[in-house]
Parts: sequence; C-alpha cells; structure tokens
Amino acid sequence: MEQIMFEQLKEELYHEKMANGLNVYILPKKGFNKTYATFTTKYGSVDNTFIPLGKSEFVKVPDGIAHFLEHKLFEKEDGDVFQQFSKQGASANAFTSFTRTAYLFSSTADVEKNLETLIDFVQSPYFSEKTVEKEKGIIGQEITMYDDNPDWRLYFGLIENLYQNHPVRIDIAGTIESISHITKDWLYECYHTFYHPSNMLLFIVGPVDPDKMMNQIRENQAKKDYKDMPEIKRKFEEEPVHAAEKKQVLKMNVQTPKCLVGIKALHVDQTGSDMLKNELTMNVLLDLLFGKSSDHYYQLYNDGLVDDSFSYDYTQEQGFGFAMIGGDTKDPNLLAERIETILLNAKNKGSFTEEQLERAKKKKIGAFLRAINSPEYIANQFTRYAFNEMNLFDVVPTLEGISVGNVESLAEEVIAEERFSVCQVIPNKS
Amino acid sequence: MDAATEKITKMQGYKLHVIETDKYKTNTLVWRMKAPLTKEDVTKRALLPQVLQSSSAKYPTTTTLRAHLDDLYGANLFVDLAKKGEYHIISFLIEIANEKFLNDPTTLLKKGLEFLAEILNNPNISENKFDQETVDKEKRTLKQRIQSVYDDKMRYSNVRLIEEMCKGEPYALQVNGEAEAVDAITSKDLYDYYKKAFSEDELDLYVVGDVKADEVKEIAAGLLQFEDRTPKKAPYPIVQKRSEVNIVKEEQDVKQGKLNIGYRTNIKFGDPDYFTLQVFNGIFGGFSHSKLFINVREKASLAYYAASRLESHKGLMMVMSGIDIKNYDQAVGIIHEQMEAMRKGDFTDEELAQTKAVIRNQILETIDTSRGLLEILYHNVVTDKDIKIDDWLSEMEKATKEDIVAVAAKIDLDTIYFLTGSEAER
Repeated sequence: MEQIMFEQLKEELYHEKMANGLNVYILPKKGFNKTYATFTTKYGSVDNTFIPLGKSEFVKVPDGIAHFLEHKLFEKEDGDVFQQFSKQGASANAFTSFTRTAYLFSSTADVEKNLETLIDFVQSPYFSEKTVEKEKGIIGQEITMYDDNPDWRLYFGLIENLYQNHPVRIDIAGTIESISHITKDWLYECYHTFYHPSNMLLFIVGPVDPDKMMNQIRENQAKKDYKDMPEIKRKFEEEPVHAAEKKQVLKMNVQTPKCLVGIKALHVDQTGSDMLKNELTMNVLLDLLFGKSSDHYYQLYNDGLVDDSFSYDYTQEQGFGFAMIGGDTKDPNLLAERIETILLNAKNKGSFTEEQLERAKKKKIGAFLRAINSPEYIANQFTRYAFNEMNLFDVVPTLEGISVGNVESLAEEVIAEERFSVCQVIPNKS
Repeated sequence: MDAATEKITKMQGYKLHVIETDKYKTNTLVWRMKAPLTKEDVTKRALLPQVLQSSSAKYPTTTTLRAHLDDLYGANLFVDLAKKGEYHIISFLIEIANEKFLNDPTTLLKKGLEFLAEILNNPNISENKFDQETVDKEKRTLKQRIQSVYDDKMRYSNVRLIEEMCKGEPYALQVNGEAEAVDAITSKDLYDYYKKAFSEDELDLYVVGDVKADEVKEIAAGLLQFEDRTPKKAPYPIVQKRSEVNIVKEEQDVKQGKLNIGYRTNIKFGDPDYFTLQVFNGIFGGFSHSKLFINVREKASLAYYAASRLESHKGLMMVMSGIDIKNYDQAVGIIHEQMEAMRKGDFTDEELAQTKAVIRNQILETIDTSRGLLEILYHNVVTDKDIKIDDWLSEMEKATKEDIVAVAAKIDLDTIYFLTGSEAER
C-alpha cells in the first residue's frame, strides 16, 4: 500500500493495486460521519462497438445497454440489493455516463459490511429473461421523463449536432426501441468484457482506517477467481474535426426559448497532464469570456438576453469533447450570434490581461476547495481523472501554471466557426 | 457521531449561531430573514435579495461586485428562497475558502463577513430608492424565473398540486411570488420594503467552519447591528377536512404523465408524534426500500420514480411519480393500497428497523455538509423550539408499530393532481 501526501490540502491518500489488477484508493476523512464508496468500471454509453471477451469479431450492441446493465446488476436471485443496503442503514445508488458506470453507497454505520455488499454485488451478475423484460417498463419511463425535459433535449440536441459518427451523440439510456432488443445474453457479454477488476477502480472516502480496509478488500478479492484479462478492444469510427450540423431547432411545450452554442473540442486524443492542462485552460478561457465578472456577461444580462439560467461548461474525454454556452433567452437567434461573436473576438491578441487571468485562477482554486468538501465529488472526480491518467490533486498546481500565452494560443486554436453549432428549444405554440 | 454544537448568541437585532468544526476547507456564512408568508409581500421578498446581491454602494455594478468575490478566491454568493409552513425565508449564502489551505495569508473570513455586511447594509441607492437600472433588470429576471417553472414539468406539477390543495391559504403562494405583481413594484416601494424587512423580520446569522465563536461574534458585532424586534408570528390557517377528494387533471403536450398526490398529515415539526411521522414516511415512500418504490416501480414497472416527502412545517405529505398516461388508474390504485396497508399496520418489524436505520443514516449524512446541518438547526428557529440533533435520532428510534398506525389514522388524502397528455395528440 502506498501513501501519498498532499501537504497544502492536508489530505493523505492510500493506494494499492490488487493482484487481479483492481486499483483501490482510500482517503481518510476525520470528523465526518459518512463513508462514501464508489466502484466504477471504465465502461459507458460510448463503448458500443468492441470485441467481446473470448471472441475475435467486433460486435455492435443495442443503444442504452451500459445503463440497462447498471439497473439490472442490482437484482439478484434472492432479491434486490437496495434492500440489503437499507437493512445495513446505507443508501445505495449508481449512474452511467458516456465513459463510466459507477456503483456506490454511503453509510454512517456498518461500513465494512456495506463495502462487502458493494464489491460482491457488482462482482456477481445475475440476469434472467423475466427481470430483463420487466426493467424495460421502468427504463421506458426514465426515457420518457427525459423526453419531456427541455434542458436535456437541448443538451443532447447540441451533441448530436457536433458529432457525426461518435456514439457520444446517442442518449445514454438509449430509446424505447433500442432497449427492446436487449437480452440477458447481451448483458452477460458486456459484463464479462468490461467488469474485470483490471478495468475498474474502487474509491473510499470517510472516517476509515486505511490499513484495515485495504486488508478487507485484499482478502475479498483473493477469494475470487479472476483470470488475466486481454486488453479490451473498442472501435470508434473516424470523426471529422468540424461540427456535423450548424443548427437544430426543437419545438417543445415550453414558454421560454432556450439556446446553447457548442464548440467541438480539439486534442481529444490527450491523456494525463496534457489533458489536465488543456481542460483547465479551456475552463479558464470560458470563465474569462462568460463569467459573472466579465464585461460580456454584463452586456448580455443588461440587454435582457440571458438570465440566471445562463451557464457554460467544458467536457473532455478520450475521443470527444465540447464546450457549451447558453441558457434561457427571449431571443435565441440573437443570443447565438452574440456568443459566437464573443468567441471569435477572443482570438484577437490582447483579449486577456494578466490581472483577469489571476482573478480567474483564484476563483477556480476557491471552487476546487469548495468542491473537495464533498466526499462524492472527490470519489467521482478522482475516478474520472484516474481513468484518463490524470490526478485530481494536481488541479491547483496545474491551474497555477496557466499563462496568458496558454489561454491565447488555446483560443486561437480551438475557436473556429466550422466547429461551432447551435441548438435551440422554442415554444411549439409560436 | 459528530453532531456539532451550535453556539447561539443574542446580538443587536439578530441571533448569531456559530458551529466550530475543522471538517471543511471553506467557511460558510448564511444570513436568514424570516417573515409571515403573505400575498402582499411575497413578490417583493423574492425581488429584494436579487437586487441586494447584484450591486451595492461600494460595488455599483454586478461586474465590480463579482470581481471582488473572484478576488476573494472565488467566494460564492447566492440567494435562496424557501417556504417553511406559513413563513417565507430569504437566505444569503456565502462560502469562502479557508486561507489555511492557500499560499496566501489574507484573512478571508473577516473579508467574507465584511462583504455580507456591505450588501445588506449599503445597497446601491439614490434619493431613497434603489438604483433604477438594477431594479428593472432584476424585475425582468424574476418574471423569467417565475415563468420557467412551467417548463420543468416535475416542478410544475408539484407547484400545481400545492396551488390546488392549499387554495386560499398563504401556502398556495410560490416562493418567487406572482408574475402579475412584479411590474407594479417601483424602486421606491422596494426600498421601503427593504427598510421594513430589516426592522421586522426575524434575523439569524449562521457561521460554520474552522472559526472561533468569540472572534466571529466580535467581527459580526462591529459590522451588523439592527433594531431589536419581536418577530411576527404567522397565523396558522384552519383547514376544513374535505368531504371528498379533490381531483384535478390538467392537459398539456407531455409524453409522460406526472402524478402528484397531497395528504394532510395534521402533524407538524415540534409535535410529539413528528418523528413517528418521519418513520411513517420512510416505510411508505421515502426510500428505495419503501412501499411506493417496491410496488409502483419494482413490482408493477409503472414508473422510474415513485416517492413521498414531507413538508414538516405545514403538515403535508406529497407523493410524486411519472407514469404512462394510460396507467393513471392502476398507479393511483396501488398508491391507495399502500396507504391502506400503512393504516392497517401491514408492515414487518424488519421494514420498521430498516427504515429507522436509513433515517438515522440520512440525518448523520445531512449534518456532514454545512448547509444540511444549517437546514436541520433552522427548524428550531421556525418553530421556536430547542430540539437537538440527538433528540431527532433518539425520538425517531422510539416509534413503535402502534405509534405509526396512530399517525396513519391522522393522515387525510386531500388532492390528486395529474398532468396528462391531450388525447388528440396521442
């Protein structure tokens, strides 16, 4: 077990790679009641074309299957794992993203027992035709719920515009039609390919004894018979650098129009410190352009084009990435035009001063401290960073190293009209 | 268990609550203002904090104000509105880094309190009214915020249930007030209301973090002083039990129906059986082991979510679920059956024990976050009680099956609200 100290943050992290390849991290947090643990596989909705374990040909699986698997893993021959957790006073949950599926619990008592339950349930799949069919009704309602949600539709509408081939353009839950093709055999095939310990990470944060806990996990894993796993082969089609569609307008049952402008990212082959620097620089760039202390935000707000729903965000993973800017607006076309103009003007030399950058960096450092008050944030983000070969605790030093020159050259490179796209939701009665 | 102690000090016109803890990397400051919920004032109360947080005498534009916050290591400031029973509560929340985790020795706590005092005490005014431009912009944003509820169907159906259920009571008002009332508010009216609120509201300042209570008290005493007041009590409206259930169906262009059912629990925070009601809600619909989740979702596959929650100060329980429109009768039938089962005591000792364990866990987890802790402690301000967190835990543990059945007998079904798709579009 290795111990890693973070002096400035007064945190210590413990790490061990188990014999079967599972990476385990423990972050003791004194004074907290809660222990929070996530058990995550590097497998999400985008992993839809791969060579199944023990086979030699690529297969393409039905859309929404990673998420479906997440739901079904909770069900066992003798009942539902949710019940087990709540008997042990824990609250359990799971989520599926583009690139990860995470199972988690939080509890303030019986932590060892709950940890055992978490590891064991994720490592013992039980799927039957009958329960798979029943789940289709439940997930069908989850899909319909999102269909009625204009912000979700806007978000996915924009990704669809940006990406031509990459499966990031497909809704994580799939469609009612696509999930109708899911069978228990498909689920087992995905499970065996992606749930090997060497493709997973266990993170525990809370008032725990790291030695004892690491022992428990070591013993648990030693009892299970995992064979060495060959490298997972995923396939993604070639993706152009420009946006697939310029614009999409969705008519929905809303009163206020919505508008998001997206930029398709560059450098989506990055990992490690390059990726961290690129991601943080992009975040700083967006803050400088659209943050509440920026002149642009002031103008947009003054002109009545944005309200407090206005936001911006940057996502980068291996193979895809995008920035999104926008919110509710009375004039979605004018807002799109204004955002695009702000972005294009940011390419001009001298757009950013040293003073503005220092302020943006301070803001980000404060936000990071606030974020790491949260055990959930630490566990989930640490895992995401680790899967991309980055370290969450490098955020502050990396931020400190960003220069005006870095911001300028990123703006120069990434901002280009051919990578812009717009998605709008407008009232269907207009 | 770490149930932090709250040190309460009576200050000039307000109470200071300090919770000393070294759990966090930041310090949290919350300023709360409580007044009876009334149609006359609610819209002004929604507008006021937005105007105060957007500029001040020292920082006359949002840009300068926000730049100052960024300089304080991105201290975040936001305002929040809530209804607690017949009261309307305004909160200003500032979360600011603790400098011991930074390479910069500036004492941020003091700066945070100074900033809070600046926006509360020194608004951007001229000639006895708020800056006109600021008020105009914030009126526009407020109207937008009120309107946006319509676009989020889960929120919308919840708001509509309350409107239908509590028609004629102050509680039917929304926290953000009424869109029709926004235009008529002048910057002079709002300034007058500002003075009124600061002389009449019940005021509380909470500070949570690695701080010293004495130091906070000294800083706060120098920065914030108001007239002493006796906070106004809101009258509790007498509600007649309905002779028949109020059923409201509303058609809109939606794919999923939203079913929201309201009950009067006739039990409020501070009542002797309040913690038993918590356990009731836990067995009935509060968690993923509860009857609603098991029967509506897991057994009948009708929904993705099916849950109940309490409004502790108003004595309401609300069930919510998103279902296929054609399944309305079946879903309502299953929910009624679960309530009937509760009335008959048709639940096992295991369900009872499981629910208590989960509630205990939930309370302990809630107080791990500074905001969750403040929410729990603030119940005492709303009801003028002194219930400790340990009491929450021990009282809840005492609930027996008989107690829960007795609570169930008090609960009356009031209103069923269903947001449904229009047949023509199906």
